[in-house]
Amino acid sequence: MPAKRPRLAVFKFSSCDGCQLSLLDVEDELLAVAALVDIAYFPEASRRMLKGPYDVGLVEGSITTPHEVERIRFIRKACRVLITIGACATAGGIQALRNWRDVKEFTRLVYASPEHISTLDRSMPIGSYVRVDFELRGCPINKFQLLEVVNALLNKRKPVIPAHSVCMECKSRGNVCLMVAQETPCLGPVTHAGCGALCPSFNRGCYGCFGPMENPNSVSMAKQFVRLGVSRPDISLAFRKFNAYAESFRKESEAYEK
Amino acid sequence: MKSRVIKVETLARVEGEGGVFLKISDGKVGETRLRIYEPPRFFEAFLRGRRYYEVPDITARICGICPVAYQMSAVHAIEDAFGVKIDGPLRDLRRLIYCGEWIESHVLHVAMLHAPDFLGYDDAIAMAKDQPERVMKALKLKKIGNDLVVMLGGREIHPINVCVGGFYKLPRKAELIKLLDPLKWGLDAAVELAEVAATLEFPDFTHEYEFVSLSQPGEYPFNGGRIVSSRGLDLAIKEYEFYFEERHIPHSNALHSVEKGFGPYHVGPLARFNLNFGKLTPRAQELAKEFGLLPAVKNPFKSILVRGIETVFAYEEAIRIIESYTPPDSPNVKVEPRKGIGFGASEAPRGMLYHRYRFGDDGTVRDAKIVPPTSQNLATIEQDLRNFATANLEMDRELLTLKLEQAVRNYDPCISCATHFVTVVDE
Repeated sequence: MPAKRPRLAVFKFSSCDGCQLSLLDVEDELLAVAALVDIAYFPEASRRMLKGPYDVGLVEGSITTPHEVERIRFIRKACRVLITIGACATAGGIQALRNWRDVKEFTRLVYASPEHISTLDRSMPIGSYVRVDFELRGCPINKFQLLEVVNALLNKRKPVIPAHSVCMECKSRGNVCLMVAQETPCLGPVTHAGCGALCPSFNRGCYGCFGPMENPNSVSMAKQFVRLGVSRPDISLAFRKFNAYAESFRKESEAYEK
Repeated sequence: MKSRVIKVETLARVEGEGGVFLKISDGKVGETRLRIYEPPRFFEAFLRGRRYYEVPDITARICGICPVAYQMSAVHAIEDAFGVKIDGPLRDLRRLIYCGEWIESHVLHVAMLHAPDFLGYDDAIAMAKDQPERVMKALKLKKIGNDLVVMLGGREIHPINVCVGGFYKLPRKAELIKLLDPLKWGLDAAVELAEVAATLEFPDFTHEYEFVSLSQPGEYPFNGGRIVSSRGLDLAIKEYEFYFEERHIPHSNALHSVEKGFGPYHVGPLARFNLNFGKLTPRAQELAKEFGLLPAVKNPFKSILVRGIETVFAYEEAIRIIESYTPPDSPNVKVEPRKGIGFGASEAPRGMLYHRYRFGDDGTVRDAKIVPPTSQNLATIEQDLRNFATANLEMDRELLTLKLEQAVRNYDPCISCATHFVTVVDE
């Protein structure tokens, strides 16, 4: 064991807890990881909460309240390396669906005492407030990619996380293309790899939970959906889901909104 | 006597963000709050205008710990609205994926979130230093639950294979059979885990709760059934909102549910166990009897033991389903959307999860209401905090703080879920 283990912290913002749970879901590797890093702050798993600074901070969730804005700035200062995990932290997540709505209006409709509710109009990714060193995609993230990132950091190398599309993963699994063979609408051609082409392997079109790949051609993706007979509102909904505020998905969802 | 304040800023080993505040003055417990500061997440508002087939994927995102529960309650409510009933092997497969979620969620809570309280550790990792084999066995036990969810759902968090009407793709019988050996190993390991839980020391604390759970003939509850309670309620799921309501309180971003004309009630493992004991699988039932654990269990600190029993049940039930499985003709039943309202409920690991949807002609969601188990338990948790502190005024501050935290963890609260139940008023 190294004399001084790097200190790891896990922070939660607006989220479902699923991405940080991935760290507890690596059942076979968890104790090995815990031997190599000092898990200094991870409230979901431990009552021991040490103060910073930390070597690595994993951040889950999006920024949706004024308090969260202050907190992420404080956390950024406390972490040498800051990594965002999941669609909420990297793209605003499903919470970004509020970005097209009047939040004040529905808080007032919903809560009997709206003055007690503090929330921002928009759900934004961590990177829109502070510098982020690495972003891990997915709703949820792939737990093996999380292990790869931690492993790479420990060994001072660049994580091997391919930025190509889900199509590449379908090809390597030997899947027959759903869009070609069955005319099933599939966001695979514009979606970031990482899931292992899960949905197409289960006979359904990709719904884009890893967000846009590097340089996606979402414009022609949407045109292909039109050719397959998908209605304009349904095209808008397809892009406006778990990574709705990622730029290329946002543009298409707005282009087909009406 | 001087006044004392017990304050826990960040509750550890729970899902989501919350804290505890409790004030003792003149020998009396005053203000008691389970503070929920997790930001509100407006899920019901987001569901409006979405297509019915998107709902299982969207509601899964309410909770990364129990996405299957959200998918199950959602598909039941949607099928209810469209007049479809799923039976036979498709319903069995739904029970099977639920077994997987109960196993992974219960073992996570029993071994990693709750046991450290009883044994005096900060976390399972510290516990593993003293008892490596036990912790490794628990991790393996949890993993088999996840493997079950992965096999049927594609992945453990936010599975992709559940749809309205059934599944996108059926598992092959051979794939299911492959899980039998690990499941049989797991059944024995689950019995062992429950036996360890039975040796723990439980604080002497009971309360006459109003327990509420789903119930139906011939099976321990997962999907559907009637809503029953220890005071004698026996309701159809669609009657839920006539008997229960949610209140907004200032210190909480989550609403508190109460039974109308009565008050706080209790959902989750204790409620299920007390109201459905006779429907547990044989080994689970025998084991409970061996421990002298019989309904009604009224000590919430024993929830860890009941979760252990339910884990044994889930292993036995999974084995039974796989051994008797005959694949259906089609992975799903075709559904025709229609205008209407639908109700659904299922038993999430933490308790009953209620969904209601209203659809337009084309299957678009007009409005939605979701009541997660944790918001149903919040008022009961605060009541426990008050009662426990009142009975233990002399306890030293540090120990009392720890015990109060433990009292919250009795409910395995999912605070993230509880802040997602914003109800949208009809347009």
